Amino acid sequence: MKIHKYKQCGLNIVIDVNSGAIHVVDDVVYDILDFYEEKSKDEILNTLKGKYSIDEVKEGIEEIENLINEKMLFTEDMYKDIVLKDEGPSFVKAMCLNIAHDCNLRCKYCFASEGNYHGKSELISFEVGKRAIDFVIKNSGIRHNIEVDLFGGEPLLNFETVKQIIEYAKSEGEKNNKNIRFTITTNATLLNDEIIDYIDKNMGNVVLSIDGRQRVNDNIRIRRDGSGTYSDIMPKIKRMVEKRQKDKQYYVRGTFTHENLDFYEDVIHLSNEGFKEISIEPVVLPEDNPLSLKEDDIPKIFEQYDKLTEEIIKRSREGKAFKFYHFAMDINGGPCIYKRISGCGAGYEYVAVTPNGDIYPCHQFVGNDKFNMGNVFDGTLNSAISKEFKNGHIYNKPKCLDCWARFYCSGGCQANNYNFTGDIHNPYELGCMMMKKRVECAIAIKAKLSQE
Amino acid sequence: MKHIKTINYGALKNSINKPGCKECANSCQSACKTSCTVANLECESK
Repeated sequence: MKIHKYKQCGLNIVIDVNSGAIHVVDDVVYDILDFYEEKSKDEILNTLKGKYSIDEVKEGIEEIENLINEKMLFTEDMYKDIVLKDEGPSFVKAMCLNIAHDCNLRCKYCFASEGNYHGKSELISFEVGKRAIDFVIKNSGIRHNIEVDLFGGEPLLNFETVKQIIEYAKSEGEKNNKNIRFTITTNATLLNDEIIDYIDKNMGNVVLSIDGRQRVNDNIRIRRDGSGTYSDIMPKIKRMVEKRQKDKQYYVRGTFTHENLDFYEDVIHLSNEGFKEISIEPVVLPEDNPLSLKEDDIPKIFEQYDKLTEEIIKRSREGKAFKFYHFAMDINGGPCIYKRISGCGAGYEYVAVTPNGDIYPCHQFVGNDKFNMGNVFDGTLNSAISKEFKNGHIYNKPKCLDCWARFYCSGGCQANNYNFTGDIHNPYELGCMMMKKRVECAIAIKAKLSQE
Repeated sequence: MKHIKTINYGALKNSINKPGCKECANSCQSACKTSCTVANLECESK
């Protein structure tokens, strides 16, 4: 597939898949493109002559030809060799550090099995944390930037160790000329002024979990006694965001499930509460779980993304813009093609480390022995698994090669692919459908606002 | 052009001239953790 075209926000949008060029076209060109590759000029004229004037169709064809000559339409894939010939070393430069395999909440959709990842409840020790930092610095090779995500379970259950690990990482980073950036993901229940201040000073990003409206949040994000968390966490999240220095990132992040397919309302609720960086993401659960998303839910989900697209455009015009994580695409910039063809990086650039020091390709594989890649105390990484993930790029994923969105999603989430299809090379289709819709919406927003 | 307005001139193709430094973040590290989106990462080598 060389081009993708669709209608949204009253625009006809055409994406040239391989060059990344994006065009807004009128109805004449939109219709010509249906036949351009299969039919001759005369055949196209003949087919469309009842709908448009001959001159219009001729002009449209001419403009298409111009873009083809300028390599902005119907371009061929020119990147395959780059990735297939890349036999250089890989450097691990991103780590999900599981600070606590334990949680004070019992969220119904938790992929980490309520915090313990199907194992025993455990908090990371400073010693393991130190080794993990040493491991990532050592394996980061020539990379300067290192990302460490403090994750769980709930990492603030182990806040004193978080502080120790960060102090150590800062000092080791300096010694080794590495820029180590921290993110913490928290359910916000344990935030207090001291912790808020510490997070603001030390974390490049903080991800604050809340699902949106009180009813929705309290249906899912519950304590052990079944009570909801909204009234406790909302004021704390607000305090954290108010305190946040303006040049530093945060995300207020939630999950939507089969039970709140009207998740547009949750995004808008969070926006109305004053948050500017919002992410509401689809739950990923096995089909038999009542909260899981089903194929039948797709029309409703798409409708919500469409509504959100319109509302974001409206609020942008009114100067009340907010960032919705999945639509936050810089169509004129963003990652280079080298990054886009190399996939998410799990297993060879990015790893997860558990409280006992075990290493997995990413946080979603934690607990699956088949994917245990080693331990930070050995300091080695299973090279066969690493290689398998490095080779799990779009050119080794047959379905991705036929997909127009391959340079936007880079082959999807390896864990979702594995969990749903048994093979990292075989995409999780429901995820693909939603991903494609979100990319369309993200581009439509840019296209619409660029017209004004 | 009368019928076509180009809003992006081929950012992907042009990015082949970048160093491909791989200094950018990994997709799961900004917010998602459950869904991979690479295109919304920021380039570290602008």
